[in-house]
Amino acid sequence: MVSGCDMAVELSTDSELMFKYDGTIWRRSRLPSGRARIRICTRGVFVSGGPELKSAVDGERLVLAAVGPWTAAHSDALERTIDETVATPAAARKVEIDMSGIDRLDTFGAWLLERLRRTLASDGREAVLVGVSDDRRGLIEDLQKVNLEPAESNSHLLGLNWLAAIGATMAEVTRSFLLLAQMLGEVSHAGVRALIRPGSFRLTSTVHHLDRVGWRAVPIILLITFLIGAIIAQQGIFHFRRFGAEVYVVDMVGVLVLREIGVLIVCIMVAGRSGSAYTAELGAMKMREEIDALRTMGFDPVEVLILPRIVAIVIAVPILTFLGSMAALYGGGLVCWLYGGMNPDIFLSRLKESISLNHFVVGMVKAPFMAMMIGIVACVEGLQVKGSADSLGSQTTASVVKSIFLVIVLDGFFAIFFASMGK
Amino acid sequence: MDTTMAATEMNIAAAGRVPAPKAIISVSDVVVGFGERVILDHLSLDVMRGEILGFVGGSGAGKSVLMRTIVGLVPKREGRITVLDVDLDAATDEERRAIERRWGVLFQHGALFSSLTVLQNVQFPMREYLDISPRLRDEIAMAKLEMVGLKADVGDKYPAELSGGMTKRVALARALALDPDILFLDEPTSGLDPIGAGDFDELIATLQRTLGLTVFMVTHDLDSLHTVCDRIAVLADGKVIAAGPMSVMLASEHPWLKAYFRGKRSRAGRASQETGRPGAAS
Repeated sequence: MVSGCDMAVELSTDSELMFKYDGTIWRRSRLPSGRARIRICTRGVFVSGGPELKSAVDGERLVLAAVGPWTAAHSDALERTIDETVATPAAARKVEIDMSGIDRLDTFGAWLLERLRRTLASDGREAVLVGVSDDRRGLIEDLQKVNLEPAESNSHLLGLNWLAAIGATMAEVTRSFLLLAQMLGEVSHAGVRALIRPGSFRLTSTVHHLDRVGWRAVPIILLITFLIGAIIAQQGIFHFRRFGAEVYVVDMVGVLVLREIGVLIVCIMVAGRSGSAYTAELGAMKMREEIDALRTMGFDPVEVLILPRIVAIVIAVPILTFLGSMAALYGGGLVCWLYGGMNPDIFLSRLKESISLNHFVVGMVKAPFMAMMIGIVACVEGLQVKGSADSLGSQTTASVVKSIFLVIVLDGFFAIFFASMGK
Repeated sequence: MDTTMAATEMNIAAAGRVPAPKAIISVSDVVVGFGERVILDHLSLDVMRGEILGFVGGSGAGKSVLMRTIVGLVPKREGRITVLDVDLDAATDEERRAIERRWGVLFQHGALFSSLTVLQNVQFPMREYLDISPRLRDEIAMAKLEMVGLKADVGDKYPAELSGGMTKRVALARALALDPDILFLDEPTSGLDPIGAGDFDELIATLQRTLGLTVFMVTHDLDSLHTVCDRIAVLADGKVIAAGPMSVMLASEHPWLKAYFRGKRSRAGRASQETGRPGAAS
């Protein structure tokens, strides 16, 4: 037997099959003798058999007879039918909702009947459900107990929401600076402790992170800085040629790469590559309560998780900056030779004249500070992750955006500092 | 119009014999393994319409694996699974989706969508599958939340703000969102205190009665097995070694069943200990 939908197949006698649809016989067919294999397809559209709410006036009473399948699939049509029925004015004060004609009922249909009853009752009419079979009584009774409190709307003060949003954002900015300062303090504290008691320092973990942040980043950093150096040289040659000042391209490439571009490109790459990884790792650990577990075992998460990461990034970024600067100079030199026709010997001697050790030192001094900034921002954001996948994503984005922004701001401060120092 | 209840195949013996109680889920000769390890070894099991089946077995025996195989999350190597008279291997994508609408799954840790509120979680399947007005969707979702014993104000919370018991209840409300015929529960009472677990059992029994559900419950909880399950199936060595009501389990002399149902932690075990040591407070 197939049941559970509007269609049923029954064996009426020993040799006849009845195909019933919504309780009425749709087709009969004789069964072949022996064991038969029957395939029934109920795809296609049946035109009759939708749910209905028939109303009839019986003296003082209005009888609403619910018929057909009152299920989720029909609930949209049913809701409209019910709205129409309620809107129709009727003199009768007593309303009976007859459920005996319903062949299938689920929570959706039952709730719509209950809603009809409540709407009629709130109109001051007396509404009762009749013809409730025993197996449906439980569901009907359950639904009479729910949704009693009106849903409250939380759209108050719509006009002032933008003001509240600005305030919240400002408070958030202040808070994030405080958190950065706090993390800087905690990391310094853990660093000092590690200096006093070198045994507490996690060397294995640091080396592991150094491998990931430093060693594995070398190829991509070399490639990108090489390309940037080459592009700067090509643009310089192209534009300086008009003034016949091609030889100054070497000065430009040398100063730009060693003071600014080398360290900035490396920091942006590291923020995107490793800062985001730090945030996601710490965030996932926070979500799975691993950080709480560490704390309850008496470990300091800053010492165990954060200090090795920050030490690794602070060591890796200056090395990467050095390698990146060299690759950029190499790229610049190659373009000068192949595109500008400048002999490598001339490039090198010109480079020696135009740049001093100062330029190199200025670039390298900035590297560890910027690395520290990236590491701290990444760890702070990682620890801000709440329980949801959403917050992990948004904190990771925030980590990358904030660290790149702060690296550039820091670069600006360094520029002012070195200018006032006359370097 | 329900055009979704699709091609159904059945064998009818020509003689008008009354069929046995109809199996709503029929698993036959299923083999599931990961790499070298075979977890389910030619396992067969029928779940009857309208029953609550408790599925038990040792930790790591593959209880959840069977549940995940039935709902299609774990591929099987051999065998046949029929749900609501549809062979899931032979079914087209459309037929499969129609079947998926008719079961609800409660995962062990709730598996609520963390970026949606509780109310949005419950509404999610309705939004995808049903064309209904927002007002009705809100009302039905609230009704479901209240039916599983939650207050209306839980609706605006995010899953991360819920306690373990509330998470399970919300997950149950979501599993029930489309009024399924079959409910799969993966350790519904694990991580709940005994009072909460008892309430949850009662809730499942009530919902099963009112909504006419068929429940497939993977569990370790002996109390759940005693109070709500109509039938118990026991998994060991990749096969169902016994299936039947509690009385059959208690009467069995199979060593594993004896250890499980009459061990120290079982009611029978506790009762015999107490009678053995009169005066000992439990």
